[in-house]
Amino acid sequence: MSKILIKGLSKRFIKREKYLDALKDIHLEIKEGEFVCLLGPSGCGKSTLLRILSQLETPTSGTIQISQSQKNLPLQSMVFQEKGVIPWLTVEDNVAFGLKMRHEHPKKIKTITKEYLYKVGLQQYKHLYPKELSGGMKQRVSIARAFANNPEILLMDEPFAALDEQNKFILQEELLSIWQETKKTVLFITHSIDEALLLADRIILMSSQPGTIVKDIPISLPRPRTIEDVRSSKELTQIFIDVWDHLQREVKENREHLSPENA
Amino acid sequence: MFTKWKTSISIPQLITISSPVILLIVWEVLSQTAIIDPRFFPAPSLIITTLIDMAKSGELFDHVSVSLTRILFGFILGVVPAIIIGLIMGMYRYFRFFFSPIIMIFMPIPTLAMLPIILILFGIGEFSKMMTIAISVFFPVVINTAAGVSNIDKIYMDVAKNYQANAKDFFFKIALPGAMPVMLEGIQMGQAIALLTIVAAEMIGANSGIGYLIWMNYKAFLIPQMFVGLLLISFFGYLFSLLLRALEKKLLPWK
Repeated sequence: MSKILIKGLSKRFIKREKYLDALKDIHLEIKEGEFVCLLGPSGCGKSTLLRILSQLETPTSGTIQISQSQKNLPLQSMVFQEKGVIPWLTVEDNVAFGLKMRHEHPKKIKTITKEYLYKVGLQQYKHLYPKELSGGMKQRVSIARAFANNPEILLMDEPFAALDEQNKFILQEELLSIWQETKKTVLFITHSIDEALLLADRIILMSSQPGTIVKDIPISLPRPRTIEDVRSSKELTQIFIDVWDHLQREVKENREHLSPENA
Repeated sequence: MFTKWKTSISIPQLITISSPVILLIVWEVLSQTAIIDPRFFPAPSLIITTLIDMAKSGELFDHVSVSLTRILFGFILGVVPAIIIGLIMGMYRYFRFFFSPIIMIFMPIPTLAMLPIILILFGIGEFSKMMTIAISVFFPVVINTAAGVSNIDKIYMDVAKNYQANAKDFFFKIALPGAMPVMLEGIQMGQAIALLTIVAAEMIGANSGIGYLIWMNYKAFLIPQMFVGLLLISFFGYLFSLLLRALEKKLLPWK
């Protein structure tokens, strides 16, 4: 049974006479509980795909389907990039945001919020405002907010892109442990191969202009994984090199595409 | 003694306090020695004693309370619709298109120039004075509120949409708090304009208030009494901006 089913999805942005095919004929099926990473060069439409799934953008053609397991559960929640934490709400109110917007019972909001504050280790910071938090802590808030909302699927838009290496590793491991507890379906955007290898059950490799899926790579490394496992696995090293080659070619082609002779 | 001073007041604070103190001392000396004409520039000490006399006789409180009442109600009368219209303009672009030209037409006209029309519309009573203040406060607040909403980072709109905020929640959880910092700047500006307007309005068409006090005493050549009026305006201007800054701290703990 597929959790997310995307069929023939295309998105064309039109600006005056010019148009840009951000996505072209995307077919994708994601199973319940899968952790899928969308990997591609910048401008390959991966963010657009996520924004369509989160209903912030409408597709030009094609359909998306997210299967509902329980009534009253929101279909999806997004973990935004670092700026997505609302600065005028405290850590606690940020985590409770989704539940409050759906007007859940105050008691329920309180218990769930407390639970997720605890899970991301922010319970003693719950009364602080985001300006007082580090980048890593802000992303913990963002992750807790999305999980606390208990959606059918979670969408993550390069949530760790702005973090330094050490913080990134810590947060990746924390995310995996929360994910393993909840068994949610996750669609995660990244441009980091290492990140995709560590997190994903499947890597969907995209190419740009128009954005299409070029490869669907299963990652069979057993969980729980560590970065050491990823680095020492021969199989994953080969995948890394393949993906790296693809991305290099893409970036190069784009550069030639943009050079003055071809413009 | 000296060390105690050093710990309680810093150098920047000392410099900040020094300039008005120096001004007062120079003024006092020049006036006492008649280097500047004491009939037009009475010594600060004389102005203070005049202030105390006027306070004792009670006339001061009448004028002050009249002006403050006008400012308070005029301010509320202007700020409340300005915030509501500004938020709506910021949130819905069609309202922005609709209201913008009207605001642009009326904004450049000094409220005092509209005083005759205000008097015709609202009579010569207290209400017309309040309306004068309300109109002058309205413009900076409405413009800043609208700008405050449209300057909210788009990502918070996306967050609200993604987490299914309804219109009411969006208004109170995103638009209003997000616009608050710029809105309060507009209110700070409005406060200064309100004081400016009420004094001028009272000079033209009133028989009470601080502006009236200044103008009447000038006409009667009671110069120290006139200076008392100026002193009061300066004092209340400072007091209002202190109050607003305290309010800002309370409303924007996240800034």
